[in-house]
Amino acid sequence: MADFLLELRSEEIPARMQKGARGELEKLFRREMDAAGVAVGDLTIWSTPRRLALIARDLPTETEAVREEAKGPPIGAPDQAVDGFCRKNGVTRGQLQTRDVKGRATYFAVIEKPGQAVADLLAAAIPVIIRDFSWPKSMRWGDASISSESTRWVRPLSGIVALLDGELVPCVTDGLASGRVTIGHRFHSTGEIEIAGADDYADILREACVIVDHEERSGIIREGARKAAKAAGVTVVEDEGLVVENAGLTEWPVPLLGRFDEAFLDVPPEVIQLTARVNQKYFVCEERTPNGTTRLANAFICTANIAAEDPAVVVDGNRKVLAARLADARFFWELDQKNTLASHAEGLERITFHEKLGTVADKVDRVAKLASWLVFDAKAPNGDHNLTRRAAELSKADLVTEMVGEFPELQGLMGGYYAQKEGLPTEVSDAIRDHYKPVGQGDDVPTAPTTVAVSLADKLDNLLSFFKIDILPTGSKDPFALRRAALGYIRLIQENSLKLSLDEVVHAWDSQPNTALAEKLAEFLHDRLAVQLRDQGVRYDFVAASQTWASGPDLRIDRVEARARSLAAFLETDDGSNLLAGYKRAANILKKEEWQGGEYPSGKDLSYTPEPSEKALIDALDAAAPKAASAVEAEDFEAAMAALATLRAPIDAFFDNVIVNDPDADKRAARLALLARFRDAVHQVADFSRIEG
Amino acid sequence: MSLEPDFKPQTRNPKASFQDLILTLHDFWAAQGCVILQPYDMRMGAGTFHTATTLRALGPEPWNAAFVQPCRRPTDGRYGENPNRLQHYYQYQVILKPSPADIQELYLGSLKAIGIDPLRHDIRFVEDDWESPTLGAWGLGWEVWCDGMEVTQFTYFQQMGGFDCKPVAGELTYGLERLAMYVQNVDNVYDLAFNDRGVSYGEVFLENERQMSKWNFEVADTDGLFELFTKAEAECRNALENEVPIAAYEQAVEASHIFNLLQARGVISVQERASYMGRVRDLARSSCETYAKQMAPQWAEQYPEWSLV
Repeated sequence: MADFLLELRSEEIPARMQKGARGELEKLFRREMDAAGVAVGDLTIWSTPRRLALIARDLPTETEAVREEAKGPPIGAPDQAVDGFCRKNGVTRGQLQTRDVKGRATYFAVIEKPGQAVADLLAAAIPVIIRDFSWPKSMRWGDASISSESTRWVRPLSGIVALLDGELVPCVTDGLASGRVTIGHRFHSTGEIEIAGADDYADILREACVIVDHEERSGIIREGARKAAKAAGVTVVEDEGLVVENAGLTEWPVPLLGRFDEAFLDVPPEVIQLTARVNQKYFVCEERTPNGTTRLANAFICTANIAAEDPAVVVDGNRKVLAARLADARFFWELDQKNTLASHAEGLERITFHEKLGTVADKVDRVAKLASWLVFDAKAPNGDHNLTRRAAELSKADLVTEMVGEFPELQGLMGGYYAQKEGLPTEVSDAIRDHYKPVGQGDDVPTAPTTVAVSLADKLDNLLSFFKIDILPTGSKDPFALRRAALGYIRLIQENSLKLSLDEVVHAWDSQPNTALAEKLAEFLHDRLAVQLRDQGVRYDFVAASQTWASGPDLRIDRVEARARSLAAFLETDDGSNLLAGYKRAANILKKEEWQGGEYPSGKDLSYTPEPSEKALIDALDAAAPKAASAVEAEDFEAAMAALATLRAPIDAFFDNVIVNDPDADKRAARLALLARFRDAVHQVADFSRIEG
Repeated sequence: MSLEPDFKPQTRNPKASFQDLILTLHDFWAAQGCVILQPYDMRMGAGTFHTATTLRALGPEPWNAAFVQPCRRPTDGRYGENPNRLQHYYQYQVILKPSPADIQELYLGSLKAIGIDPLRHDIRFVEDDWESPTLGAWGLGWEVWCDGMEVTQFTYFQQMGGFDCKPVAGELTYGLERLAMYVQNVDNVYDLAFNDRGVSYGEVFLENERQMSKWNFEVADTDGLFELFTKAEAECRNALENEVPIAAYEQAVEASHIFNLLQARGVISVQERASYMGRVRDLARSSCETYAKQMAPQWAEQYPEWSLV
C-alpha cells in the first residue's frame, strides 16, 4: 500500500472557484483511477490561492493482472471480418486461438493484461486530469500560447508535485514536468522546498507559512475575528461567506481589527456593511449601546495574508481605503437627500422598463393606480388610499439615486431611508422599503396594509405586463423573475388572508375587462401554488382538482388553496379514500358504457321498484347533493366534503348489491344515470378525475 | 576638457516624488528589456487604448513595452474638490508578450523598487477579469491590493479584436496617483509631491481639473461634439476602405472619447447610449480586425507555426 500526493501549483486561483476545483479534482482523479482499475479509498483535498493538493492513502502499488477473452468470427469467415477482429483486439492473426462453440470452430482472442505499476498509471493520469479539468473560466499563457491548443488553467499553472510513497511520479504536461519541490508563502518563504511525501506535506508547508487546509484557515479567520472583536469590546457580525472568501485569498491568514471615523455611522448601517463586505471583504462589528440595544460599531476586521512587521501599518492602509469608500457612500447619501424622492421619481421617465412596456415612470403610474384600487375599491387590503398612492408613486424613485446606482441590492431600503429623512409618514417609508418583499423563501411577508397594497400591485403589474405581451417563463429561463413575482403574490394573499378575484384585478389594471388575461394569470398562479403547497405536503393533483370554478380557472387563489387543503384532509380519512374508489369505479363504468346522458331518476319517476341499495343511494344523493352544492357556494369546503362523506356507505352498498348492466334497458339506463348523478355531485365539490392513484 | 559628462542623474526617490516614482518604473522595466514609449498623443480613456497595447497584442512577435498614458474620464471630474477623483490622471502600462513565467515576481519587484515592502504591506492578488466589448477583447487576471487598496490591474489578454491572442500578453496597469498617494502617505491627490523641490500635484493640475470639469460638464458645445463624432466615424470608415487600419483605429479612439464627453454633458439618453456604444464598438473592432487580417500574411511568414485563427 502506498500514499500518493499531488500538488498542482498556480498563480492565484479566484477564491470563489476553489470549492468547485476541489470537487473537480476529486471527480477526475477517481474517474482516472477507476478506468485504470485502481481502488481508491478516502481522499484528502485541500486548496489555497496558489495550489490544489490531493492526498490518496493506501493505494495499491500494482494493479492485478487481467485476462480477457473475446469471441471472434467462426473459422472460414471472410478475411475482412477476421482482420477487423484482430485490429479491434490488438492481436495478430497468428495469436488467435480456436475453440469449439456449439459445434463450430471459432476464433478467440486472448488478451493478457499484466498487472501495472500504479506509479505508471498515475503518471499517465495526471496530464489527463489537467487537460480535462473544468474551470468556470480558463486561460492560456506564456510561450506555449502561440498555439490555441496550449494547456488551459484558471491562471498560469506553475508547478506539479507528484509523489507516490515519496518516489517521484514523473510526468510532463505542456513542457511542465512534475517534481518533488514546491514553494511556500509568497513573502514569508524563499526558494524551493523539498517534499518527502504525503505525510510531511502539510507540516513542511506550515513551516513555510502556508496553511494548506482551507478548513483550518477558515477556523483561524473565524476565531481570530471573534478574538480581535472581543479585545476591542465589540462583537463581529458573523458572515460565513466572508470567512470562506478570505480563506480563499490567503495562505497565512491574520485577522486584524481597525477603526473608522465614527462620523461615518450617520450613513445607514446596511450601506456600511455592504461597502465593507463587497468592496473590501471586511467583517463589520456591533456594539451594545448604553440603553441595551445593538448598533453597528465603527470597527472593521480585515484579513491580511502576512504576519506584518507592524500590523498597525496594514490596518492603517486598510482604514484609509475604507474611509475613501465610506466617504463616497456618504457623498451619495448626502447628495441623494438634496432632492426629494418625488423629484428623483421624475428621472424614471428616462429609464426603460422594457422596450414594449414603456418607462419605469409608466410602470409606476400603473402600480399607483392598481395599489389605490386595491385598498379603496377591493379593500384587499383595507388601507389608507392616499398613503398607498403616495407610497406607490415614490416606490421606484430610489432607482435613480446615486446610492442605488452604486449598490443595486439596496433598492427599496434606500428609498425607505430617504422617505424617512424627508419626513414622510412611516406607512409610506415602510411601504417603499418593503414593497419588493417577499423575495426569498425565508423572507418576511409584509402585513402593513400600505406595504401589502404596493407590493401586490408591483408584482401584479410585472405579471400582467409581461403576460399581456406574451412573455412567460419557459423552462429554466425566467429573465423577468415572474415565477418569483407569482410566489410573492401568493404569499401576500396567504399571509394577509386576502380574497382577490383576478378578473376584477385585471379590470382595474387594464381599465377594461380582459377575461383571457385574467385566466392566463390564474393558471400560472395555480401552477406556482401547486409547487408551493407540494413542499408543504399537499399533493400536486389535489391542487389540480381544485382549480376550476364556474367552469373556468378559479380566479381566486385563496379559494383554490382552501379547497385543495380540505380535499387533502378529506382524502386522508377512511370515508374520503373509499369515496374516491367509488367515484373511480362509477366514472370507469360510465366511460366504458359510453354513457351519453339522460334524465336523472328520482325515486318517484322510476318505471320499476328500485332495489333497497339503489333507493338508498338515490335518497342519499337527494340529501347530500344540495348540501354539498350550497356548502361549495358558501366556500365551506369542509362542509362540502362532509356532505360527500355521507355518500360513501350508499355507493359502496350500491356496487355490492346492484347490477348496473341489468338486462332491462330501463333499469340499465336509470342506474347509469344514477351513477352520473353521483359523479356530478362529487364533481361540484372537486374535480376527482384529476386525482391520481 | 574632460569627456566625463558633468551631469550625473541623482538618486531616485520614489517615496517622496511623483516623477521619481515614474522614472523608477521606467528604470525598472527598461532593465527588463522593455522599450520605454511616450504617451499616445490622443485623448483616451485608458492606457489599454494605446496601440502599443491593443494592436501589439495581436500577432506572434514578442513585444515588451512600458509607458505612461494620460487618461481622460470626463464623468469622473469633480472640479478639483474630491481628494481621489480626477477627470485626467495617469496610468503606467507594461505589456509583456509572451507573458513571462515570472511575470508576477517581476511585478512584485517593481513594487519593491518604488518602496513597497511586502512584509510591511499586505499585497494580494484578487480576482478581477477584464473585458472590453469596445475592443472585442477580454482577459483574466487580478486587481492587486496593497493593504486593501487596488494599485494595479493585472491581466492576461486572451482575445483582442475578436481574435485569440497567440501568444498571450501580460498587461500591468498601475494607477500612478493612487500608488504615489500610498507611498507618499498623503490623503489628498493634490497634496502629492510632484518632484522633490516643493512642487505639488495640485500646483500642476488643480486649476486644470477645475476648468476641464467645467468644460466637460457645462461648457463643451454639444452640437459640435455630435458633429465630431459623426466625422470621426466617417473618417474611420474612409481609412478602413483605404486599408490603413492604424489610422482607422485612431478615429475609433477619437469617437470613443467624444462619446464620453457627450455622456458628461448629459445629452445622450439611456436608449441612445447603447446605440452609440455599439457604433464605437463597431469602429474599434473593425479597425483591430482589419489590422490583424492585413498583417497576418507577414506574421505567418515569420512564424510558420502561427495562424490568425
